[in-house]
Amino acid sequence: MSALNPEDFLDVDRDLSGEERAIRDTVRAYGDAELLPHVADWFEAGTIPDPRGLARSMGKLGVFGMHLTGYGCAGAGAVGYGVACRELEAVDSGLRSFVSVQGSLAMTAIHRYGTDAQKQEWLPRMVTGEALGCFGLTEPDSGSDPGSMRTRARRDGDDWVLDGTKMWITNGSVADVAIVWARTDEGIRGFLVPASAPGFSANVIHKKISLRASITSELVLDGVRLPKEALLPGAEGLKAPLSCLSEARYGIVWGAAGAARACLLSAIDYAKSRVQFDRPIAGFQLTQRKIADMLVDVNHAMLTALSIGRLKDAGNAHHAHVSFGKLANVRAAQRVAATARSILGANGITLEYPVMRHMVNLETVATYEGTEEVHALTLGRAVTGLDAFR
Amino acid sequence: MNIVVCVKQVPDTATERKLSSKDNTLDRDAADGVINELCEYAVEEALKIKEAHGGEVTVLTMGPAKATDTIRKALAMGADKAVHLVDDALHGSDALGTSHALAQTLKKIGFDLVILGSESTDARTGVLAAMLAERLGTPQLTLARKVDIDGSAISIERVTDYGYDKVTATLPAVVSVVEKINEPRYPSFKGIMAAKKKPVQTFGVADAEIDTAQVGLASSWSEVTEFAVAPPRAAGTIVKDEGDGGAKAAEFLASKKFI
Ligand SMILES: Cc1cc2nc3c(=O)[nH]c(=O)nc-3n(C[C@H](O)[C@H](O)[C@H](O)COP(=O)(O)OP(=O)(O)OC[C@H]3O[C@@H](n4cnc5c(N)ncnc54)[C@H](O)[C@@H]3O)c2cc1C
Repeated sequence: MSALNPEDFLDVDRDLSGEERAIRDTVRAYGDAELLPHVADWFEAGTIPDPRGLARSMGKLGVFGMHLTGYGCAGAGAVGYGVACRELEAVDSGLRSFVSVQGSLAMTAIHRYGTDAQKQEWLPRMVTGEALGCFGLTEPDSGSDPGSMRTRARRDGDDWVLDGTKMWITNGSVADVAIVWARTDEGIRGFLVPASAPGFSANVIHKKISLRASITSELVLDGVRLPKEALLPGAEGLKAPLSCLSEARYGIVWGAAGAARACLLSAIDYAKSRVQFDRPIAGFQLTQRKIADMLVDVNHAMLTALSIGRLKDAGNAHHAHVSFGKLANVRAAQRVAATARSILGANGITLEYPVMRHMVNLETVATYEGTEEVHALTLGRAVTGLDAFR
Repeated sequence: MNIVVCVKQVPDTATERKLSSKDNTLDRDAADGVINELCEYAVEEALKIKEAHGGEVTVLTMGPAKATDTIRKALAMGADKAVHLVDDALHGSDALGTSHALAQTLKKIGFDLVILGSESTDARTGVLAAMLAERLGTPQLTLARKVDIDGSAISIERVTDYGYDKVTATLPAVVSVVEKINEPRYPSFKGIMAAKKKPVQTFGVADAEIDTAQVGLASSWSEVTEFAVAPPRAAGTIVKDEGDGGAKAAEFLASKKFI
């Protein structure tokens, strides 16, 4: 009996256009050649050793802001962007995060809410990876409820002065510019803070046991004085950062499917070659149950991602659709990773295989960009009209 | 400089490749078509020469309708335009027929430099560059691991068993390249999005003034008369060493006439 293809069991990718397929193949080839051979070492080292080099090579490919238009962006559409996220996260969630933060959070904020001058200054260099951005919303005492943030921006003549602390900021200590969200007398506003601004500092957060192939930092703003041109004029209120988060979250919907697929393939491969009790463990009914459950989860996740992607390209995606995808796909990926890990036995706990790396990465993925609980509340509100957040 | 890169679509080496039982030719529908690996190196070299010396890169592909995927890949890497030679009359052409068809097309579209991969992963004849040069009456600079152009002078390093030969000639010329020559770029997403807007001209045999008596399966000088699937490997014999392992191994080798 010849085996069917577990990589895309339902042939979900048949629906991709020629360009979307070309993007998939390019990211896959790039990931296999340039990222996969190193990522376990980066994870073990707890950092990305050459973030500038990585940014330039990814910039050459055109992944940063690939869904945006103008300023050198590729204009690849939502599904094109999604497929790229899926293939990147099949390598590692940390590397997809690297791209999400630059393209979906920092660049989207500037592209959507910035002045022409701000766009001209930053976007062309961020597309190529010459300049890196980060996105500072979360604080030590303000996570799921960002409206409770304490970072303040006050006017002083024509200038703005920022004080506060941002926490868990991806790429915070390597960024050239931080998009910082702060409370003002006129509500929450966004600011472009150059890393060179006096009073700005970033400290790497150590001792993470998830998303280790990623740089996470604390940002400290101690009387950072900025000219009035640093304000993002189009961003008024909390809905501005939340709309950027919805973009990045959309990438996670696809990315989680990629991480899950990588775990499934690793587990099938291992189960077919690992012999116990005189036969491949893939031949035991209990293992096959696990494989079947993983296959269903992976394919559901891929279908969900594509479905939301098509809605988005048609301009019909509601942010609750993206919440659905994040809740469903991250949870599915967590189940798949944990199941795959069990199939790999002792080998499953090492960095020789990708499964435990994915499994612990997914703990972060489930937390950032809105926790599972937050998305459950969003979905509940979307279909009942009742707000259960507070 | 007008550079033409010949690019071939081949069945993906990662999938199962088959011959068609109908006419013993490669079944191009059975497997996914991908760009022949060495052709990527040829495209890369063409783009590098264009970047250094200016000009235009045209992709020339002879192949069935689905070969457009491969053409788009070369365009996504950065080639400017393409000519797709597609005609049922070309099906089953051997190297002689293919070189006639491509040479006729090249005469039509014009060129200063033609670049090819040194062989394809499907037919692996490795003779096309030489045949093309002969038909076009130009110098052939084959198996290049390095190409230098200075005005109308072209020189290459041709890989040999003992090192390399330095070969020089005057343009127009035909060059074939080996893997050592460069590291093909990944197509950028901008390139991918732009590729669908680049011009692809379709040629039939009449457009290129191809002599149909010289192409196609019926006119091929070589013929596949029969083919068989390679038998699966028989299970190996395990020799248990009970003090006589050496003798048993020697016996086995003698039975296979190795010793
Ligand atoms: C590696 C990493 C990278 C990150 N990168 C960034 C970044 O680049 N930029 C950025 O701004 N942030 C970033 N974050 C922060 C991330 O977005 C927050 O961690 C997330 O929003 C959750 O906030 P919290 O950790 O404070 O958890 P809390 O908000 O304190 O939540 C703790 C628990 O309480 C639950 N909870 C909270 N409210 C409710 C409720 N109403 N009902 C039920 N349950 C509730 C949560 O679901 C969760 O289970 C990153 C985090 C990590 C781990």
